[in-house]
Amino acid sequence: MTEVFRKKKRYFILLFLAGGFIIYTAFLVVPILHSMFYSLFGGPGIVPKEFVGFQNYIQLFTQNPFKERFFGAFGNTIKFFLIVTFFQNVIGFFIAVLVTRRFVGSTFFRRIAFLPTTLSVLVAGFLFTLILNPIWGIFDKFLEVIGLGFLVRPWLGTPSIALVVIAIVTSWQYLGTSIIFYTAGIDAIDSEVLEAAKIDGAGLLAEVRYIIFPSILPIVGIVTILIFIGDFTQFDIVYAMASPYASPRYGTDLFGSLFYRAAFFPIGRGGWGMGMGATVATIIFFIVTIGVLLLLYAFRMKGIGRKKE
Amino acid sequence: MIKFKNGTVRTLLYVILIIYSMSIFYPIFLMIITSLKENREIFTRPYSLPQSFNLDSYIRLFKISNYLIYFRNSIIITLTSLLIILALSSLISYVLAKYRFTGSRFLYFYFIAGLIIPIKLGTIGIIRIMLGLHIFDTLAALIIVYTAMGIPFGVFILTDFIRLIPEELSNSARIDGCSEPIIFFRIILPLIRPALAAVAIINFIPIWNDFWFPLLLIRTDNVKTIPLATALLYGQYETNFGLIFSVLTAASLPVIIFYLIMSRQFIKGLSSGALKG
Repeated sequence: MTEVFRKKKRYFILLFLAGGFIIYTAFLVVPILHSMFYSLFGGPGIVPKEFVGFQNYIQLFTQNPFKERFFGAFGNTIKFFLIVTFFQNVIGFFIAVLVTRRFVGSTFFRRIAFLPTTLSVLVAGFLFTLILNPIWGIFDKFLEVIGLGFLVRPWLGTPSIALVVIAIVTSWQYLGTSIIFYTAGIDAIDSEVLEAAKIDGAGLLAEVRYIIFPSILPIVGIVTILIFIGDFTQFDIVYAMASPYASPRYGTDLFGSLFYRAAFFPIGRGGWGMGMGATVATIIFFIVTIGVLLLLYAFRMKGIGRKKE
Repeated sequence: MIKFKNGTVRTLLYVILIIYSMSIFYPIFLMIITSLKENREIFTRPYSLPQSFNLDSYIRLFKISNYLIYFRNSIIITLTSLLIILALSSLISYVLAKYRFTGSRFLYFYFIAGLIIPIKLGTIGIIRIMLGLHIFDTLAALIIVYTAMGIPFGVFILTDFIRLIPEELSNSARIDGCSEPIIFFRIILPLIRPALAAVAIINFIPIWNDFWFPLLLIRTDNVKTIPLATALLYGQYETNFGLIFSVLTAASLPVIIFYLIMSRQFIKGLSSGALKG
């Protein structure tokens, strides 16, 4: 009797797990492993047939144009990530502290903050490309009106500036996510603790420093990890504001756009063949995994350290 | 520390927040009003409100493209993949939260690992699998990919949520003679509705706005989604400002309106996601 019952139980467990397990494994896990496997193959044709060992990796790190493009995109991605992280964490935190004060209209501001995130990255990218377009000149004229006309320059035409501009547009779009995450964290702080601090005469700065910041540190970690994963595979914003060729002169090339060209463009137009494309994907995968583990470690350590103090 | 008078601080707070909201509203506002202007007016009076509500560029947009079909495709793909994500991840979560068996912990981490795996990096393999299954260039291809993409987060949120449901509820149902699957459908499912809503809302935006997979998996015009159509139309009519702005507005207005109606649920869903982590 018990035997039959157990068997039945097992059977239903398998049934419940099967659908999700198959789809998740076949379309997320296997494709990643597939890329690792194909990174060891080379040769002409769409499907690489010739086993070449680690030759793709060696080429990627030592031979131009692979080396130049790869490290160029790596450096840009890091810069892009740092700028976006700065804006989203610092300004996001600042605004979250403001909107969690008690005042008329605080819910309104919270709701508005998330609005840009609902747009597609493409729409935001195209929209700001048009706003920054020198022929239409909306943004440039605005600068002139407020007396900053001397700042006007080809925003998307200068490599060093273009990367910063697309990073700012990305931050504009996703700032809302960090604001909502941080306000959720601040709202969750026990109000008695805040009251007690007020009675002790703690000002806003002390409150932020000793209560708000330590208690939302784990959320800072989550936000940073989300930005990290998103930015290290970011593609849409480059496509929209700088074309898949990451103009000007690959100045805005990120890992996402590099992978796109390398794996899916015809050879000679930026494509490096499927084997090399798989190699690029595999390297990015390892960088993202190691980076996330490091960030998890870093934020957890800090959290523990603070509790011990 | 210098203590401002309360009024000064309050004014400062409003000024900062108003500048911030302007930086959000103005670009979106500009996009909408420009789409309603005549082509000449866009350049001669870029900042002003349109002199008359001119719908020409929208009429043109619907003439030159199958926009309603793209819209329909986006809706079908988003709704179907959200439904499948909810169904599959609640089934998985129920088993992982309520039953101990060899490998159950491993399975939980196996699914959660997907949270940090960027699915884009598997696109080469995904294309080959889709070609092998003869569903490349179909709506089904996108639905399956988005389902795979959404399961980790669904399992993450729902497993925690189901764990909090007291076992007594299930046990009393067992005494009444309910089988395990029936317990899931009768007892658990109704109780996890708020968490299901959070999962749906958090997955909605990335699926609706995804550009990468349509770009690589879709070729035929009548299976295009809105983001793919937006990019292609932008590339094709880059110099026709009126048309371009109507393309951008048409792509965003439905979601903006949807968000404004549902913003409370959105923020609740996102907040619960933030605190789970």
